[in-house]
This record gives sequence, structure tokens and C-alpha cells, in this order.
Amino acid sequence: MNQLLKKFPEEINRILARYPIDRKQAAVMPLLHLAQGEEGFVSRTALQEIAEITGISTTEVASVVGFYTLFHDAPEGKIRLQVCTDVACDLRGATEYLTELCEKLGIKPGETSTDGLITIEEVKCLAACDKAPLFQAQIGDEVDYHENQTPARTIDWLRSMSAALIGTPLKTISLEETKPEEGGSHE
Amino acid sequence: MSELILLRHREVAGLNQLKTYIADGGFETWKKVVTSRKPEEVLNDVKASGLRGRGGAGFPTGVKWSFLPNNIWPHYVVANSDESEPGTFKDRELLEFNPYLFIEGLMLTSFAVQANDAYIYFRGEFSQIAKKFDERLAELTAKGLLGDALFGTNYSLRIHTHLGAGAYICGEETALLESIEGRLGQPRLRPPFPAVAGLFDKPTVINNVETLANIPYIMEKGVDAFRKNGTEKSPGTKIFSLSGRVKKPGNYELPLGTTFRELIFKHGEGIINDAKVKAIMPAGASSTLIPATDAALDTPMDYESTTAIGSPLGSASVMVLDETVNISRVINNTVHFFSHESCGKCTPCREGNFWMSHISDRIESGKGKKDDIELLNSVATQMQNKCFCALGEFSTMAVVSGLQHFRADFEARLES
Repeated sequence: MNQLLKKFPEEINRILARYPIDRKQAAVMPLLHLAQGEEGFVSRTALQEIAEITGISTTEVASVVGFYTLFHDAPEGKIRLQVCTDVACDLRGATEYLTELCEKLGIKPGETSTDGLITIEEVKCLAACDKAPLFQAQIGDEVDYHENQTPARTIDWLRSMSAALIGTPLKTISLEETKPEEGGSHE
Repeated sequence: MSELILLRHREVAGLNQLKTYIADGGFETWKKVVTSRKPEEVLNDVKASGLRGRGGAGFPTGVKWSFLPNNIWPHYVVANSDESEPGTFKDRELLEFNPYLFIEGLMLTSFAVQANDAYIYFRGEFSQIAKKFDERLAELTAKGLLGDALFGTNYSLRIHTHLGAGAYICGEETALLESIEGRLGQPRLRPPFPAVAGLFDKPTVINNVETLANIPYIMEKGVDAFRKNGTEKSPGTKIFSLSGRVKKPGNYELPLGTTFRELIFKHGEGIINDAKVKAIMPAGASSTLIPATDAALDTPMDYESTTAIGSPLGSASVMVLDETVNISRVINNTVHFFSHESCGKCTPCREGNFWMSHISDRIESGKGKKDDIELLNSVATQMQNKCFCALGEFSTMAVVSGLQHFRADFEARLES
């Protein structure tokens, strides 16, 4: 039984109607967005169901997931906090911002916090170069921009999200606190 | 510049609300064109306007449309909203704050080439904008401005959105078509060109958001009014995305042919801490590094003049580097960008960028030897004219020009 089709029959029909009837493969990306919005990542089952709907192989669907940066094949942090460090942002301090933010959160780019709240990622141009440093937050399949950031501003926002998303306070490593423990959590 | 055409939303509040746009005269041109003009008249006006593609290539828009054959149907129009060039953020402002101008331009373009289905390809990061567009398009359909038998004529038009998922290469028009068709975003071999066999193998026009946003003005006010701004060969206004080490970064709509000096020092209010300007990248990361000499600063930003000083104007994403910036670090950044964004289809780009990023990392970490500078240059120049698409070619430009003009910056990083 195709769970995706069962759960979103109308939405899927609307997606398929956008493309010529003999070109169902074109629906692959919208369907992946739909599946990812449900689970926060594209599961093995979703791959198979999308292959079934579009009439292509599971491998082909998986290759699309692998190619595009915003599709994920594994569950990670509830918030994917994505910081652009491309040239224009770097010229406005984005690299230093990311380094400091990572130190405060005690995770490195590509890692997820132990409470499962945040995955930090270093990403490519977000088309907001005049408002750097900035990050986009991907929660499920929703993407929001947060511009003109400082580590303190970002931590404040994360604090409010932590309460809302996982119901526990945000875990941060204050640099002052860690100083006494020489050689502590810093690599 | 007294009149804002593309950034009119800065003068008329709420222009991203349909009722405000209509109250401001919006969609009157659309109705008039569909009910009283022939498609070829629209095409001829746009040809005569001299409008050139705003996405980077600067190709004459009307000429591009005229390549569609009249014996193969259906025709498609695709709007390229995959704005991803580092330093470019103009389409995002249009899509958020003046979306109907762009939509009306897309409609007029579809009518000109008699397409009944048009697609807007949004980059994945614009998912909220795309969601809003679905609502806007539904509202336009409900109002009878989109849909079947428009205004009692036999012309029908549907506009669909398609959301990407994070791939710079999809801004390349054939990679974008592959992406809509549900495949990896990798460029296609040309010919056939999209004008003959594009989306779903049918004749297709692909235009950038800003290009399309120029069409309503041309059709409403006429060719002469449009040509009042800009130069003979680069007519009209252009949105310049100014970023980097300037006091006031942002989008500025100015006539094509405005000088770099005016953009950076008048509109951008000069350099942070009044430092000395060192170099300009006029086309984002795909740019040549141009030393900021007086002659360069006084160059008019139009397609020909900018090319003459060594860089295409591209989408006019002007990144400004000052004396505090080490060019080796900038190059390290761009090669990592292209290394990540290379689609992997052709070897020179995939491998070349991989190795350039490794050599550049070595130099940046202070472990580079003198030979590494020549090695970096050698890899870049060997890639040139061998890549499958423009992305690969562009990835070498900053490297080669950076080493040519700012070699001391690299040497300063070497192992002592």
C-alpha cells in the first residue's frame, strides 16, 4: 500500500497535473518535497513510493536525492541551521560568525547536537549577500531566512525554538564557563 | 534616475498585494495585449527594444524568442528563478516585493510565443516564496487573468511552479530543464538548443526573472521610453546587486552604463572604514578579478564596456574587495564553491575544481610551496575551453586573474 498516495491523494493529483501526462518523472522533485515535509527526510519507503507513482526506478529517485543539497536521506536535527560562507558573506564576517556559533553550541558544521535539535551546515549562496551574516533554517520542508545575525542573536532565536520544538532548554557551551576546564570540550 | 521601473515597490507601498498592483495599473497591458495585439507584434516590440537577458549572458531577448519554430507545438516558457550566483540577490527582491510585475512579464512572453503552459523554476531555498506564488497564481486564475479563453479570446495560459532543491548548476538553462523533468541537474549537449527542443523536447523560451519584469514596461510605455535609459547596445535599467566591503550594500536600479565609481561611492557610500578599494568582481564568483584602478572605476557598467576590461557583466552582482582582503582567501572561497557545485558531468570541471581547492587549501594553511602557485595556475588554465558548460569555464576566471594581478597575496601565504 502506497502510504504517500493514501495520505495525500489530492495533493499528488495536483502535482501530476502540472506536467504532461506522459512525463510523470517531472513530479519527482515535488513529491520528494512532499515526503520530506512529512518526515524531515526522505525515507527508503518514500523513495519506493515515489518511484511507483512516477514510474521510474527507486535508484533513479535516490540519485535525485543524492544530487540536490536540500534533500536528505537521514533524520538529523529538527532545525537544519544553514550558514552561507561564500565570498560576499565571508567579506562581511560570516566565517567568523559560524566559527563562534559552533563554539557556543559545541558542534561543528555537519554535526547534530546531542538533543537532536540542531544540525549546523555550511552552505552555498543564499541570495541575501547584502544582509550577511545570515542563516536559513530548514525545519521539515519549510525554509526561513534570518539575516544580519550575530552569534548572540542566533542563540536567542534557538532558545525560543528549543522550547517550542523539543520542550527542553537550549544546550550551549558558554565560552566563559568552559575556560576553567583546561582542554575541555575544545579540539 | 528619477523613475524606478523594476523596483517600483520601493515607491508604491504594498505592490506585492494584487489589489494594489491592479490599482496601480497592473495587468491592463496584459488585457490590452491579449485582446488587441498579435503575438508577433509583441515579439517585434521586444526585439526593437534591444532588451538583453538579465540572467548573465546578455543575449537579446526578442531574438531568443524568434528562434522558436512555428511548426512544432506546444511551446513552453520557463522563468529562471534559480538565482544562486554568490553576490546576486536581485530576483529575490522582485519575487518578494514586486512579484506581479514579473508574472505579467511572464504572461506577455507566453503570449508572444503562444505558449499555453509556463513554468517558474524556483531554487529550493525560495520555498516560502514559491508557496506564496501558488496562492498568487490561484488568485489570478480566479480573477480570470490566467486560465482558459482569456478575456473571451481563444488564448489560454496556465502557470505552474517547480521547486528545486539546492543546486547552483540548475541556473544553467539546460540543467534547469533536466531538473524540471525530474533528473539530476546536469547540462545538455547543444544543439539542439532549447528554442527547438527544450522542456519535454518542445520549443522553449527560458528567461531570467528580471528580464521578464522588463516586458510590461516595454509593452505599456513603448520601445522609445524603454530605450531612454541605458546605452545604445545595452538599453534599459538594470538592478545592480552591490555587496562586499561597502558601507551600504543592496540592490540599486540604475541605467546600464552607470560607472562602477558611481555605484560603489555614491550609492554604496564608499568602502567600510574608508579603506582603499582593491578589486571588483562584477559578476559574482563567476567573475574575473578586476584591479580597481581609476580607469576600471570609471568604466560604464554595460555589457560591452565591462567585457572590455576583462569580465562579463553577468547578472551585475558587483562584489567589492578592499585593501584588507587577501585575494588568496577569496580564491580559496570561490574554488570551494565551484568544487561543491560542479555537477560532476565533465572531468575538467569536476576534477579541476577538486584539485584547485586542495592546492588553495595548502596555500591558505601556510603549507604551500612556491611551486604550488604555478600548479594552481596550471590546473586553471588547462581547464579553460575544455569544460562542458559555462560553470566550469567561469570557475577558472577568478583564479587566473587573481594570480595574474595579486600574486603577492598568494606568496605572502607560502611556507616561510
